[in-house]
Amino acid sequence: MNEMTVTPEQKALLDRFLADNKLFYAPDPEIMEDHRIGPRSAQEEALLSQPQDPHKINEVRGLVVAALDESNTMIEQMGAAPGAKWGDMTTAIFTAAGDLSMIAPHGVGGFAAAVFYPIKFVIKHWTDEPTVGIRDGDGFIHNDARYGGIHNTDQSMMMPVFWRGRVVCWISATIHEGENGSCEPGGMPAAAESKFDEGLKMPPFRVVENFELKRDLVTFLQNSVRDPKLQLEDMKVRLHSVLRLRERIIAVLEEHGEDALVVTLRQHIEDVVQEVHRRIRELPDGTMRTVSFADSTLRESALLKLNMALTVKGDRMIVDMRGSSPELLNRSINACQASFKTMLFTGFMQNIWPDLPFTMAVFTPFDFIFDKNSLINGSFDTPQAMSLIPLFKTMTLACIPMAKFNYGLPNRYTAIVAPQYDQPATLIYGGLTQHSEYTGNFCADINGMGQGGRAHRDGEHSVSPPFAAHCDLGEIELMEEDLPMVRLGAFTLARDRVGFGKHRSGLGYEQIHTYRRSGLWGFMTGCSGSLFSSSQPLFGGYASPAYPLCKIKNINIFDELKKNPEKFSFDMIELMNTQPFEGASYSTHSMGMTFELAAPGELYMMCQGAGGGYGDVLQRDPGLVIKDLEENLISNDTARDIYKVVFDADTQVVDEAATQRLRAEERAARKARGVPYDDFVKTWVTAEPPAHLPYMGCWDNAEEVYGINAGQRVKMPGTALQSQFMLNPKDLRIAELEAELAACRKAQASGRQA
Amino acid sequence: MKVLITENLRIDLEKELWECRHCAAALIGARDNYKRGLLVYDRDPREIHKPLLDPSKYPFTYSPDPRWCRILEYYCPQCGSMIETEYLPPGHPPVRDIELDIDALKGQWSSRDEVTEAPVGTDPPRRLHSHDHGHGHGHGHDHGRGARK
Ligand SMILES: [Zn+2]
Repeated sequence: MNEMTVTPEQKALLDRFLADNKLFYAPDPEIMEDHRIGPRSAQEEALLSQPQDPHKINEVRGLVVAALDESNTMIEQMGAAPGAKWGDMTTAIFTAAGDLSMIAPHGVGGFAAAVFYPIKFVIKHWTDEPTVGIRDGDGFIHNDARYGGIHNTDQSMMMPVFWRGRVVCWISATIHEGENGSCEPGGMPAAAESKFDEGLKMPPFRVVENFELKRDLVTFLQNSVRDPKLQLEDMKVRLHSVLRLRERIIAVLEEHGEDALVVTLRQHIEDVVQEVHRRIRELPDGTMRTVSFADSTLRESALLKLNMALTVKGDRMIVDMRGSSPELLNRSINACQASFKTMLFTGFMQNIWPDLPFTMAVFTPFDFIFDKNSLINGSFDTPQAMSLIPLFKTMTLACIPMAKFNYGLPNRYTAIVAPQYDQPATLIYGGLTQHSEYTGNFCADINGMGQGGRAHRDGEHSVSPPFAAHCDLGEIELMEEDLPMVRLGAFTLARDRVGFGKHRSGLGYEQIHTYRRSGLWGFMTGCSGSLFSSSQPLFGGYASPAYPLCKIKNINIFDELKKNPEKFSFDMIELMNTQPFEGASYSTHSMGMTFELAAPGELYMMCQGAGGGYGDVLQRDPGLVIKDLEENLISNDTARDIYKVVFDADTQVVDEAATQRLRAEERAARKARGVPYDDFVKTWVTAEPPAHLPYMGCWDNAEEVYGINAGQRVKMPGTALQSQFMLNPKDLRIAELEAELAACRKAQASGRQA
Repeated sequence: MKVLITENLRIDLEKELWECRHCAAALIGARDNYKRGLLVYDRDPREIHKPLLDPSKYPFTYSPDPRWCRILEYYCPQCGSMIETEYLPPGHPPVRDIELDIDALKGQWSSRDEVTEAPVGTDPPRRLHSHDHGHGHGHGHDHGRGARK
């Protein structure tokens, strides 16, 4: 082999050549793998090395936050996307280097905590690119999560704010748009088998010049999605909310000067970093571990592991995700590491440190370790349209280990809470509306997941999504004006579908969907947790149950309602168990359903999820058990069999003495059936996952990872994960049926011979 | 000095022992895996999350599938309290969920006062309207706006 020696001059020449002749500006690993705030700029260094006036900073911060609030409210009032009507959006402000400083007080922070990546991309790659550049009046659009983002349904407008010829900060507005031209309507295609099935895939590019949308580019985007009206309307909404925000930032600059703004934006995030170091330092040193399982790829059932070890050492926190499931080359549920970090951060802000300012700077003291090509460190080529499957789990994943770090602290920043329901349990829809317009989007029920039980009280019902405490559920009547969907059941809390515990979780409500007055309409669901409980319990509570999708087909419920209204009950369990409609077909399914067309009047029924329960069920106050009975949250059987409460079924009066006796008996029964740990492990632990389980992730050793390739189990070192390639479930089903048919024919033939 | 670690467990720093918070039973050395001091039971998840849909009619019933999911229940050997629960696929090794640096813990608590009852943490302030009714169920409800510790 020839040894090539390169002089420093040649090396410089080579570097310059490569920089000038870049083939493709793919996501930049230098940006995408760095979640920390950058170093101070020279200007920030000069300003911050002087003594600061905290009152001034506070005043400027107040003005900036008020401006963010106003611009966010503008989106809420004007936005066309369903997400914008329920609060699934935010505006934000960033330092000149692109570090997230502040978000709107009622914004979805995760958006902003992902948008700093594309802003840094624009700064790094487009500033000096002669065909692009950054000028006053420019606005950049973006939606591809590989360049920073949660998933490709979210579109952002990012704008530099110029002052005296220089960029002093960046501002942004993001909305969950939904529809984006993907292979299934609604922008979250479970059916995506490659990234090219995902629809719009916008790296950051300029779509606004001189503060105006460029109509040719808008037309290109409109032409690429099912809902051109929505695309135009919300591009305008994002632009004008950002323009209003800019006006108010300019007013701050005029009144208080550039230095005051620069100092405020930077000091704000540096203070956060310092505070988080202090909070980590007060935790005990050690490692806390947890696991979480998704049970579906949304195309087939599979058990995908998320494996987390959190280590505290002094004022550093190390998040080790090695041993998690490998990525899937032809399934849509992969996430890139930037999305994972953003959602883990979002979970910290919702459940662990909700009192901290919402800035990604919170994670600057955090280190991350991933296996390459894992489900949550997916490579550029994997489809990631349904990254919500691991990412919803990610948002609650740290609740359990952080509860164990936090429990003993002399003071707490919020109540300790068991994980909230951690899957996007909502219906996605698409088709032609009663106004003859094509559309595709998802229902706001995603914003109403049950909370986990808390250290001091029960969890709240249908309270919020796991990513923002204040998102709302939307108005059914408003939805019915725009869409042919009809809710025959909604907001009924689903009895017994709860994480039991000393403090039970909040419940989710049932949803009975159908449609009419459309010639083309269909549904999909993208959710795991039908075989394996999704939200995990804390400190000896029980998890959420498993949730199926229920269908009643070959029926037009509107005809039935006319003929026999008394046959319809607004309770999906009763409908499914009594099967009141003759000739209808009743079925249950996993909650991962790719898009399917429905007939008018057919019923699709599902349930939001409950969080995990907190603490031993035998420690639940019998009075609270009776209250759950009164509120029809649990059945008499649950009160007796799970909580071991003795009561009079007619009067619901508790027999305290008998309850104490029953609970003492149960404690004795536990001691009788429990096996000492070391003995138990000997008979329980198997060398590898059971053969019948399509298992993905490590088993006993985080360095060895199981996966499935073309139908065969494989075992790989975590340092060399292979992407998994899944067989088409329909091919498998056809092969299964063909084998059955062949067996039948053979049996028939031998029967004839006999 | 005893340090609270979970709702159900604490560590006696001088004796270096895990203890049950409900009955004060000494479970095992503080440097060891606390689970080794407990009893374990492999629970069929259908006994807790009972089928709500008729299992004779449907494959999915709201119960976890016992071939996919088991519940490990960990009991205090002295008082029978449920110390932990763990949802795992059958045969999956129990997770070593807590591994503390006991020497660091001793150092940290040498300058702290003992905490015997865990603090609640601040609840967000709530505005209760005068017509807000029917929440009279004796567990921690904040009247007024004050956050509490
Ligand atoms: Zn005990």
